[in-house]
Amino acid sequence: MTTTETPSTLQRILDYSSRADPYPLYAELRRTPVARQEDGSYVVSTYREITDLLHNPHLSSDTRNLSHPTAGAEEQATPAFINLDPPAHDRLRRMTMRHFGPPHTPGLVTGMEDDLTGIVGSLIDDLAGKEQIDLVDDFAYPFPVTVICRLLGVPHEDEPRFHLWVDDVVNAIDYNPKTDPKEKLEKGIQARNELRRYLGGLVDQRHGRPGGEDLLARLANDDGPDGRMTDEEIVATANLLLIAGHETTVNLITNGMLTLLRHPQVLQRLRHEPDLVVPLTEELLRYEPPVHIIPWRAAYSDITVADTVIPKSSRIMLMLASGSRDPNRFHEPDRFDPDRRDNQHLGFGSGIHLCFGGPLARRETQIALTELARRLDRPRLVADPPPYRRSPVLRGPVHLHIEQGDGY
Amino acid sequence: MRVVVDLSRCQGYAQCAFLAPDVFRMHGEEALMYDPNPDDARRDQVLRAAAACPVQAILVDQLEGRDAPAEASPS
Amino acid sequence: MTSADNLQAFKREGRIVVVGASLAGLRAAEALREEGFTGSLTMIGDELGEPYDRPPLSKQVLTGWVPAENTKLPRRREVDAEWLLGVPASGLDLATNHVRLADGREVPFDRVLISTGVRGRPWFVESEAALDGVFVVRTREHAAGLQRALAAGPSRVLVIGAGFTGSEIASICRERDIPVTVAELAPAPLVGALGAMIGEVAADMQRAHGVDLRCGVKVTRLEGDAQGRLRRAHFDDGSTIDTDVAVVALGGVRNTDWLQGSGLAAGVWGIACDTGCRALDLNGLVTDDVFAAGDVARCPNPIYEYRLISLEHWANAVEQAEVAAHNMVSGQADRWPHLSIPRFWSIQFGVNIKSVGVPTFADEVVVTQGSVPDHRFVAAYGYRGRVTAAVSFNNAKWLDHYQALIETAAPSPPPCPAPDQPADAKPVPVDFPGPTLLAQGATVVVTGHDPSERRVTAAYQHR
Ligand SMILES: Cc1cc2nc3c(=O)[nH]c(=O)nc-3n(C[C@H](O)[C@H](O)[C@H](O)COP(=O)(O)OP(=O)(O)OC[C@H]3O[C@@H](n4cnc5c(N)ncnc54)[C@H](O)[C@@H]3O)c2cc1C
Ligand code: HEM
Ligand code: SF4
Repeated sequence: MTTTETPSTLQRILDYSSRADPYPLYAELRRTPVARQEDGSYVVSTYREITDLLHNPHLSSDTRNLSHPTAGAEEQATPAFINLDPPAHDRLRRMTMRHFGPPHTPGLVTGMEDDLTGIVGSLIDDLAGKEQIDLVDDFAYPFPVTVICRLLGVPHEDEPRFHLWVDDVVNAIDYNPKTDPKEKLEKGIQARNELRRYLGGLVDQRHGRPGGEDLLARLANDDGPDGRMTDEEIVATANLLLIAGHETTVNLITNGMLTLLRHPQVLQRLRHEPDLVVPLTEELLRYEPPVHIIPWRAAYSDITVADTVIPKSSRIMLMLASGSRDPNRFHEPDRFDPDRRDNQHLGFGSGIHLCFGGPLARRETQIALTELARRLDRPRLVADPPPYRRSPVLRGPVHLHIEQGDGY
Repeated sequence: MRVVVDLSRCQGYAQCAFLAPDVFRMHGEEALMYDPNPDDARRDQVLRAAAACPVQAILVDQLEGRDAPAEASPS
Repeated sequence: MTSADNLQAFKREGRIVVVGASLAGLRAAEALREEGFTGSLTMIGDELGEPYDRPPLSKQVLTGWVPAENTKLPRRREVDAEWLLGVPASGLDLATNHVRLADGREVPFDRVLISTGVRGRPWFVESEAALDGVFVVRTREHAAGLQRALAAGPSRVLVIGAGFTGSEIASICRERDIPVTVAELAPAPLVGALGAMIGEVAADMQRAHGVDLRCGVKVTRLEGDAQGRLRRAHFDDGSTIDTDVAVVALGGVRNTDWLQGSGLAAGVWGIACDTGCRALDLNGLVTDDVFAAGDVARCPNPIYEYRLISLEHWANAVEQAEVAAHNMVSGQADRWPHLSIPRFWSIQFGVNIKSVGVPTFADEVVVTQGSVPDHRFVAAYGYRGRVTAAVSFNNAKWLDHYQALIETAAPSPPPCPAPDQPADAKPVPVDFPGPTLLAQGATVVVTGHDPSERRVTAAYQHR
């Protein structure tokens, strides 16, 4: 095969110019549910095939199983469980879940509600009277970051340092050796190392001090049925929670506000029907999800899907956001319908890697959108579409400028 | 209120047990046990749990007790 | 029902009677209304009160968490039916299309759905079954009674039969710290449903939780005291145990007695039907106005060589109810076949056991994922070289994949390893105690995801 002049659909999706509206390209992609790319990787874009694969035990999350381990692989370091397969994945996820949710700690998320409402309230208090708001910097970013830092036990004053590291790490997630400058990758690796060193320091401080309430303290001192995590495992896990709990929720809240401003009737309804926020959040996860792509999966052995055999060790890309807009699964998929029933979207993935923080992210978003709808004074979009972040994987606006009150 | 979970669909994602911990409880790592008749005070939590179930296995009563046949034998 | 006009008239003002007002009956009634049936709908049920859910009866109810009367089923929609509750149907007259009630009333119908389910098989000696402290668990009254007996702190509970229900009850006794003996005729628990390999795992699980598990033994006599209270149980090996509660968990008896003389192909195995849930008559001819769904139905499944299969599975009752309801108000060309792959779950000893397919339809089984000693694994069952079922212990998130293997008649044992397949995994004979299902026949695959599009295609044989 020779290199074609016209870029493939996937290349056009990855290109920054389609960030504001990749959906028509997804529709194009879905014409070939499982599409082999020139580099031998496979792109899967239809709902049924994506869910089949996410439940297929031959699909590996461990990038060391790729024939060409990639920039995404963390060669030397201990991988976090998002990049591991069973049984290691299951063990680490279970050990972490002991301190975050059922069955061992079932009341954690509901117990955080007052805290969440408090943080949201004070952030919105600060917006009162401000006519120009950047929803990202003024609200959607600080909120989940404060939450995840409190949960882990990261001191508040270190958050700004974090912000920079996480930005660099996230930027490098979808590093493409063909089109991206090498520095992007190097900055990412450096940031990751610094983040690990920093988290390692926090873990050290917690050793031998049982009874600590934060997640790091609990991980460092717990001897559950699976034993204790090594320090490297704790750092890898904390790192994962921090990054996964950072960027995604920011985008869901921002995409949510953007979508509401584009659908003023729904925004109006939300003010009077607070219950609406529950199905509305699910619809956002389908219609404007924060995670568009699972960029790296590996075929552990030959995998047959939709009559295509994907050879062992191939790279597989799962286009979650495309699957959630598949007309063969969802009625009028391009319509934002907060009353939609049977909304089995792919916003949090599926199978054993289904998002670990889903319940927390949902409550954060539900509380945030309810309060924003209730308290912002006649909010209006300043620019539509807003400017987007670079990443096609974790997609969302980099700023969302909103005007409220009487304006000028 | 009344709920039933289709436990043949349920894959033990525990989203419900996070969001309505008094109503949905994990029994071990993956098995779900739940209260099929939770107090109305738990309504908000139950609706959040039902919406969050990744396999949509939770059915919440659509009638709120209307259309119930008589409890006693009809004459 | 020959013409479209007739069908429309029937949908508008026909008369449908549902006999058996529980899970299958209720879901069918809802589906009939959802399908646009506006005629008269009569629900006949011998239990008083609204339809309720049974699986919690051996789980949440027995732990003491949920009162038995709090298990009423939520509704999907209004059914606007006339409910005739508390009186059993005692006969079906297909010459005049009437259901006879035990109190003498007759209820006419144009079409009837039979969903009378099963009842608990009682202890075989009536006087012993009547002893205070001897239970079966099928209804909410049973469960309420047993829960009270457990709450009273019995010195020991005897569970007779280590199938799913018996094992669940034993598990709850241990959770409540009540000494429990389980007596099972087969070599291990669950072995009749899941085979010897899983049976061994189940036996380990029971013993690890302190169950006094006795396999290969038969309870011969239940002995009471002068007040009619259960005191002792005798086994066929001559041993006895002192016990004040015995739970008879020997499976169910299909409620078909009332159909004697009706001319339907109904008997101990249930009511034979086609995949569209239409009942067969004694000659094996399909009737067009009589349908059956749920535990009482016995339907052919093309995946399993068109064998007639009766299932006591919750999901099967719901799905058959939907298919039956659809077909009751549809013309021949629009009818759906019920082609679901059976699914079942059971919760015991903190483990979620799930199955997909028909594990008894197998000759070999292999652990494909996870660890048996940790009670976290998936095992795939195969019959003559194709996958026919899978069972998971705390590993349910993978079962959809195995369902796809069954539907596509994928080769067994599955050739490619998954990352967590145990290194020493190799297929072993499945080894059921009873007569195994052995026959040859066409292999088929099932395609389509919605009930409206599911179809069967013939496929090649693997070996
Ligand atoms: C304790 C227990 C635990 C269970 N656990 C599980 C589980 O974990 N997983 C699973 O998949 N399944 C489980 N099941 C099975 C599941 O509950 C059944 O598959 C389901 O109830 C079948 O529904 P049905 O409507 O077909 O029959 P049923 O629920 O048996 O209903 C039949 C109804 O018809 C009535 N009836 C009978 N004869 C007549 C008559 N002549 N006239 C009028 N009415 C009549 C009966 O009284 C009853 O109300 C369990 C069952 C029990 C009892
Ligand atoms: C709206 C916000 C969020 C979205 C859309 C989201 C989305 C996702 C998706 C799609 C996956 C699957 C990845 C894969 O299969 O490889 C995932 C995994 C994960 N998420 Fe989230 N996430 C969100 C918030 C959070 C939060 C708040 C946390 C932490 C508290 C978190 C922690 C994780 C972790 C640890 C994993 C890996 C799970 C595993 O591999 O088992 N996420 N998330
Ligand atoms: S959220 Fe759904 S799948 Fe998960 S445990 Fe609850 S019912 Fe089961």
